[in-house]
This record gives sequence, structure tokens and C-alpha cells, in this order.
Amino acid sequence: MFGLDKKDASLLLIVTALVAFAPFLLNPFPEGSAMAQFNAGYPDLMQRFVIFGIFAIGFNILFGLTGYLSFGHAAFLGVGSYAAVWMFKLLSMNVLPAIILAVIVAGIFALIIGYVSLRRSGIYFSILTLAFAQMSFALAYSVLTPITGGETGLQLALDDPRIFGSATTAEGNIPVPGFFGLEMRDSTELVLGNWVFTFSVGYYFAAIIMLLSFYLSIRIFRSPFGMMLRAVKSNQQRLNYTGLNPRPYTLAAFVISGMYAGLAGGLMASMDPLAGAERMFWTASGEVVLMTILGGVGTLIGPVLGAGLIKYMENIISKINSDILHSWFAFLPDGLEDLVVTLIYPFIGKGWHLTLGIVFMLVVIFLPGGLVQGGQKIAGLFGRKKAQEPKNATTEPAE
Amino acid sequence: MSKGNLTRRGVLKTGAVAGAGLALPTYLSAAGHEGFTNAPTGSTVTLGFNVPQSGPYADEGADELRAYELAVEHLNGEGDGGMLNTFSSKALDGTGILGKKVEYVTGDTQTKSDAARASAKSMIEKDGAIMITGGSSSGVAVAVQALCQEAGVIFMAGLTHSNDTTGKDKRANGFRHFFNSYMSGAALAPVLAANYGTDRKAYHLTADYNWGYTTEEAVRSSTEAMGWETVGSVLTPLTQTDFSSYITPVLQSDADVLVLNHYGGNMVNSLTNAVQFGLRDRVVNGKNFEIVVPLYSRLMAKGAGANVKGIFGSTNWHWSLQDEGSKAFVQSFGTKYGFPPSQAAHTCYVQALLYADAVQRAGSFAPCAVVEALEGFEFDGMGNGPTLYRAEDHQCFKDVLVVKGKENPTSEFDLLEVVEVTPVDQVTYAPDHPQFAGGALGTCNNGA
Repeated sequence: MFGLDKKDASLLLIVTALVAFAPFLLNPFPEGSAMAQFNAGYPDLMQRFVIFGIFAIGFNILFGLTGYLSFGHAAFLGVGSYAAVWMFKLLSMNVLPAIILAVIVAGIFALIIGYVSLRRSGIYFSILTLAFAQMSFALAYSVLTPITGGETGLQLALDDPRIFGSATTAEGNIPVPGFFGLEMRDSTELVLGNWVFTFSVGYYFAAIIMLLSFYLSIRIFRSPFGMMLRAVKSNQQRLNYTGLNPRPYTLAAFVISGMYAGLAGGLMASMDPLAGAERMFWTASGEVVLMTILGGVGTLIGPVLGAGLIKYMENIISKINSDILHSWFAFLPDGLEDLVVTLIYPFIGKGWHLTLGIVFMLVVIFLPGGLVQGGQKIAGLFGRKKAQEPKNATTEPAE
Repeated sequence: MSKGNLTRRGVLKTGAVAGAGLALPTYLSAAGHEGFTNAPTGSTVTLGFNVPQSGPYADEGADELRAYELAVEHLNGEGDGGMLNTFSSKALDGTGILGKKVEYVTGDTQTKSDAARASAKSMIEKDGAIMITGGSSSGVAVAVQALCQEAGVIFMAGLTHSNDTTGKDKRANGFRHFFNSYMSGAALAPVLAANYGTDRKAYHLTADYNWGYTTEEAVRSSTEAMGWETVGSVLTPLTQTDFSSYITPVLQSDADVLVLNHYGGNMVNSLTNAVQFGLRDRVVNGKNFEIVVPLYSRLMAKGAGANVKGIFGSTNWHWSLQDEGSKAFVQSFGTKYGFPPSQAAHTCYVQALLYADAVQRAGSFAPCAVVEALEGFEFDGMGNGPTLYRAEDHQCFKDVLVVKGKENPTSEFDLLEVVEVTPVDQVTYAPDHPQFAGGALGTCNNGA
């Protein structure tokens, strides 16, 4: 189907189903219950899941296939966001031109940075990309303030031109990004007993784009081009000696992955029309590396899972405060309650980084293949047939 | 990702049917509920406290959160009532807001616009917060204010000093109680003239971001208006920790005043460097070299230690004020936490109370009703004397304090002394003042 083999097609279908039913899957606990704290099925977070999924999928095309570790990928995400917001300011609130421009600008930006950085490999490449990203951050933060809005970020204003749309709504407010009349903020709620499920236009719009990019990434993985990229990863010397120049391939991969990042940035701005410089900060670049490694480098679905896990922890674990902990453990005797709360407290709220660090360490030590490897191990335990190893795998040649 | 023994046909069928079934209603229906976002339905109302819990302003964020918890206590009729007893409006009676018990959710802004917006969005979308308040940086305040305008909830800004918050980035759903750069400049200039004379040459070191720019502009125009000359101005990166290389050129210039447009850790480091370089013992043009810090906070003074002694700056509020409102607030804050509140805590506490009072007076949680109740609202008894929430830009106008680092501090909290209370008339400006030009409030947004 769609030019995919059976295995990939079913993977794509499973991902499609997961994405389509996310509002249900992520809201397993009834409203008002103590566990509702762990519900993640609200539009903003679901949008983040798929948008960072796109970002990580794109990063994986570079890192997973060629082995080039870019430490400055957030720069493309940031550039994409700025491009999109400028389109909202100048053209119209339709997300389509914004996203297209975001992808193009990020692609051009990636071409320039990639052309320079790819002259080196290994750690030197990583440092070069990191340097470029930090440079972009510094430019956006202060030097280019008229274009980027500096520290405050680039925002929409009532007096923006918006030549192909209305500058203000009838009520005199700034219009909301939309897709030919479908507003990204619109949502509808389904109430089933105590459960409230929210279906948001923005989420499904981003989800469809995510599925398309996921499909594209499968095709790239399985293509002769993907094969060449894997060859670069496994032994670049040998590739050179066979008379092939790897640079055009790596540059193409770099630009593609930069465009994915730009797409993610454009989508982010479409969901929430603001672009800030800290999106380009090196920690943001590090985050996508974490996502990819956490999920499984070089696997198709891994980066998406990693992105989901990190965003979940950032938004859910960080919201738990000591009052909530106390209410959970209120059934314990007083002294014991305080003890338990004191023990858990460093790992929640602002301590979510600590929890993330521990999870990351555990994954790297016990599951070097990331969450995908964990899934395979579990499947291997319960599977009837002998686990036929790499399921989504990619490190081996596709015939 | 086990895909076990699913058949392709089976998966395909279910996927397609379910996908179509799900997508259809989503795209056909538009949102339409109670008339405004997150209208409280039960016996409680949820407020969102969005403060920095990590990052450079974490100390202030922690103090803001303490103040909010105190405010919630007082609104729900627990504790000693604090400023509710001195507040000129008596609409609040300690039974929550409009009879609904006040509950709250907290979030971490990390002092990043993106993180702050994500946190605010989750409060609005997931927890049903009707109002968002807090923040310790102008960039974050402006970003969250714009978000609240879009989402249709009220934003009560915390500590944000940049002119832009109620200047070019003002929004109809956003309100600021804290003072701003212009007011700092206007309040400081006469005191500086009285103490250092009108014939001075100033050198500015300015943090390289929006707040730095507006503060430099404000201080510059106010001091130049009374005869000072600006001989140099250098932007310093926000992440700078060692300012030695920026201080050396000051020594070589003929400046006799150094203005540090820095906040938080930046100011602690730059001031320490300046003192280490012996700037304060210098004599230039026959005058003693002086240092000025436009925006002071007690937490910064604590960080800079003995270096702040005798240095002028401005502040929104200080716990040593002796009016009834301040005394009541310091009393209940001190009883609960064991130390006096910072100016960040004060402005946040007051904002929470002002919001609750506005809802009570309006008789509705609908943002537009609240905006109407707050616009042009005059009140007293909140620690800053008679105060006006100006309708044109949603900025509070009140007295501004000019403070000086205390020569002989008696405790670790007693670091600043109030030199002058600049009356409100002196810091009032026209809504279309050039430093605030551009931008428009728009109209209030009730949301879905």
C-alpha cells in the first residue's frame, strides 16, 4: 500500500490509529479524579506531541541514517517559526503560506549551515552546528530585534498589514490562525459520563501533517537514497574509496531534516502565533537529541515516542506540586505522609529534569536501542513466534 | 510497538472507519459553550499562578507563589485577612469569589516565553483556569498576556517593569500593577539631581534585551532633561557574568556616573565588578564617582551584599513602609513564612486581590465584565497610597519609591532604606507618550 511493504504499511496504520484516537488514549482518567492529573489529552499538549514528533522524525533522518549528530537543529525550528509569524503579520492568517514559507526558509538556512558544517564530521561537525545555532540565537535575541522581536519574541499586532486578510476581527481583536476558515483554536468536546474528550482542529491539522511526514520518512528510509545515507554512517572511508562522494548525500539529508524542523516550527507558530528566540537555544537542540536517543536512534517510530515522553514529562510531571502530593498520600499517618512527600518531592514539579535524567540514564544503560527496543523485548516475551528481531528496524539493508 | 498478528486488512478497515468517524464531527462543529472561556460551573473557581520556579528568577518566583497562597487563604476567609481589611473596596467578604471557593494551579514559566505559554495553556485548557497571573520577566509577561487575550481569560501581570507591557504590547485582557521603566526614570531623576547635582556625565551599561532598552531610554531622557550628559552606552549580553571588560572603558571615559540597567544576577555581578574596580573611590571632574541602579529589589540587594550601600535606585514597594495596608500584609506574610515579603510578592498579592474584587463588583467572571470593573478603578489601602488603574493602557498609577542601599543594615532583610516617596503626579505620563507609542489595547475577549 502506498508503495510500502506490509510491515511498514501496518506500522503506518498503527501510528495513524494512535494519532486519530489520541484524545481518548491520552485521557484515560475521569475528570475530577485524583489521577486526572496524569491526563494529557488537552489540545496544547497533543499538538506538542505531534509537532515535536515531526521535529524528531526529521532529526532522525540526519542522525539515524547518516550518523551526523547535529547539535544545532533548534535553529531551523526557530527560523521556521519566525518565517511563519512574519507570514501571519504580512500576508494573512491562513496557515498554508506560513507553513510553506517556514519550510522553504528553514531549507535555505540548512543549506547554508550544512554546506559549511558538513566539511567536517564527528565531533567537529557537532560543534560547528552548535556554534551556528548559538549564533542564530544571539542574533535573534538582540542584534536582529527589529526582525525577531528580541527577548519578547515576535508577536502579532493589531496594526499588522495582513494584505490578503482582515487585520482585525469584527470585535477588534487579532484574528486567529486558520486553514481556509477552520480556526486552529476551535475544538469540540465530547462528554461521556465523567470523561471529557477534547477534539481540536489544530491538533488534527498537525496530526495529518505529522502522518504525511512520517510516511515520507518511511519512504526515505526504504529508498536507495536512504541506503546511501546508511552507507555514510557505516563506513564513510569505504564509500570514498569506491569512488562515491558522500557530501551531496549528507547535505541533502541535512537540508531535508532542516526542512522537517522548519515544518515543525511553522506548525508551532500556527498553533500559537508567537516565535521566541529561546526556541533556538542550545538546550532546545539538545532536547531533540534526547528525544531521538530515548525513543531509538535510526528507528522509524522511536523519535516520535521519545518526543512524546519528554513533552509528557515536561508538561505533566512539572505541574505536580507539593499540595497535590499531600492530597495523594493523605491516607498515610502524618509522619509517614510527610516522609513520603519529602522523598518524592525532588522528582516532581521543577525537579522533572531530574526524573528525565534518571529515565534517560536507565534507557541508555539497559535499552541502548531506546524505547523501541524495550517494546521489542516485551513483544519478545509475550510473542508466540520467536521474536523476529528488528521490527521497525532500519539498521540493516532493505532489499 | 508490537504489531503481533494483526492482519493488514483488519487494521486497514478499523483504522479507516474509526478515522473517518472521528474526523467528521471534529471538522463540522465549531466551539460554543457558556459564553466565555472556562466559566466556573461548580462551587469552586480555579486561578492559574504561572511563576518562574526554575531559572534566574526562581527566588522571586518562590516568593510570588507564597504571596498567592496567602491571597487565596485570605480570599477564602482563612488567616487574618491581610490587606482585605485595609483595602478601600469592601466587596470581598472572605467567602471566596462570588461565593465560590478559590482553588489554584501552579506552573513553571522557566523565564522562557515558550515554556510560560505552554504552562499557561495547560492551565487554561486542562485545569480550566479563569485567570492567569504571575511572572518575573517582561518577555514572559508580554507573551502570556498575548496568549490570554487570544484565549479569552484575564491576565494579571506579576513583576514586569518594561514599558512595553502596557506600551506597545498592551492587551485588553491584561493588567499591570507594577510600575515601569518610565516611572523609574521620572522618580529617580530629581533625587539624583538633588544628591549629585545637575552637571554630570553618565555612562550606561545596559542588558541587551527589551527591558534594558526601555529602562536606558527612560533614565536617559529623564536625566538629560535636568542637565546630565550621556557620554557612553554599551549593551551587555544577558548571559554575561563577568563585567570587568565593560568596566575598564568606563574608567577611561570622563564619565562620573555609571548607570547599571541590569536586573537580577546581572546587576549583582556588574555592581560587584564596578565596586571591585574602585569606581566608588574615584574622583572625576572634581566630583565623586557614583553608581545608579534604576530597578532595585531586596533579593538583588541581598546578592550584592555590602556593595549596595549608598546606591540609589527605585522600587515598587518595600516592606518597611508604615501605611496600614503594608503593615497588614507584612504582618500576615511574616506570620505565615517567618520573613518579610519582597516587592514581587507584594505586587502579586495585590493583583490577586484586585482581580477577585473586580469579579465581585462586576458580579460575573466574564473577562469583559472584569475588564470593565478594573478600568479606571481607583483604590487605596494596598500599600502604595491612592492608586488608579488607568483605562487607556491598563497600567496602575501610584507613588514610586526611591531607595538607597542602607549603610548599616540591622538584618539580612533590612538592606534598603526609602529615600523619597515620589508622588504619583510626577510619574504620570500621557497614554501616547513616545516611550509607549505603538500597539493598541484592542477589545476585551471573552473567548469561546
